[in-house]
Amino acid sequence: MTNITEKLELFEVFVRSKRGLDHKHVGSLHAEDHEQALEYARDCYTRRSEGVSIWVVKSADICSSQEDDADCFYDPNDDKPYRHATYYVLPDPVNNM
Amino acid sequence: MTSQEENFMRKIEAEEKIEPKDWMPEAYRKNLIRQISQHAHSEVIGMQPEGNWITRAPSLRRKAVLLSKVQDEAGHGLYLYSACETLGISRSEMIEQLQSGAAKYSSIFNYPTLTWADVGAIGWLVDGAAIVNQVSLQRTSYGPYSRGMIRICKEESFHQRQGYEAILALAKGSPEQKAMAQDALNRFYWPALMMFGPHDSESAHSQKSMEWKIKRETNDDLRQKFVDQTVKQIEVLGLDHPDKNIKWNEERGHYDSSDLNWDEFWSVINGNGHCNRQRIEHHVAAHDEGEWVRDALSAYNEKKRAKKAQNAA
Repeated sequence: MTNITEKLELFEVFVRSKRGLDHKHVGSLHAEDHEQALEYARDCYTRRSEGVSIWVVKSADICSSQEDDADCFYDPNDDKPYRHATYYVLPDPVNNM
Repeated sequence: MTSQEENFMRKIEAEEKIEPKDWMPEAYRKNLIRQISQHAHSEVIGMQPEGNWITRAPSLRRKAVLLSKVQDEAGHGLYLYSACETLGISRSEMIEQLQSGAAKYSSIFNYPTLTWADVGAIGWLVDGAAIVNQVSLQRTSYGPYSRGMIRICKEESFHQRQGYEAILALAKGSPEQKAMAQDALNRFYWPALMMFGPHDSESAHSQKSMEWKIKRETNDDLRQKFVDQTVKQIEVLGLDHPDKNIKWNEERGHYDSSDLNWDEFWSVINGNGHCNRQRIEHHVAAHDEGEWVRDALSAYNEKKRAKKAQNAA
């Protein structure tokens, strides 16, 4: 017998815990379609009112950078310490800017 | 008041954020589009006065720093255009409004950058004033705008510090360099104060914006904060304060200062600053020159789509 989850699609779930905050990834689940994924997500991830808004996105639709490639992917930024505020040494009386 | 309006006002009063899919009064949406797009345009047009000095920066280090800063401004423009798009206006509509003059940008960018010291003065004073405003806007009532401001504020501190460091080097340098720093301070101090906008009593959008918590502090209060924090910074540079009337007021707990030249303010806003025409002409030219890139992009996408369809068939 085929496992039912193999016929269902995988969705990633994002929950906004409070108005004004970003949606944050909380996990994934299997569902037939977006509507069902949203209901499952509510049942599964917000049982204790963890959120005020949920996003569901098909996992297959997510394009992601590869951890293994992180070195060369981010390398151009490593030799630019001057992009950080702390790089600039200012006299004490004005150092809070 | 309809129940929708009541619900909206209840959220505003409870310090809850309004999110893109929430119902909101049409005037709230319009007001936000005006303010956020103006803010985005300012980031983008703001690249011009500083970009003017990238090839002439006095050292490789200063050049790399300035490049990074100008690159950040483009990024900030992008954050803000994206936040504004959540209100149902397209990027091309916003750009059209900027180029036709229907939308404004901060009038500070209509002042020319005559010397290298101006680049330091902009980072220190112009970004400094922007930070005062943007820190306050982190608490704005519209969620995407608020989150954009939080992201921008994190990056902005570097801008002000690199500017101050650059002008400090001049202020502690030769007499000519010090004179150049003083001249830049004298020219940019007043326009920086004007960045906070007209007096509260003259500000067309202020009252409603405060009521809806789009703006959290008034123009004059924010301006006062900037005046207060800048006094010490000028002193450390060893430069003369451009405002001869600056004086600590014990009773108010703030510095008293001269009133601004409001005729100049309105004149620059209405298109008669040194660089108004040049800034927009340059934006139009850059946009037109980028046409082939956008065309190539859509041609390539079209080609990819056709190939995919062919493979599927």
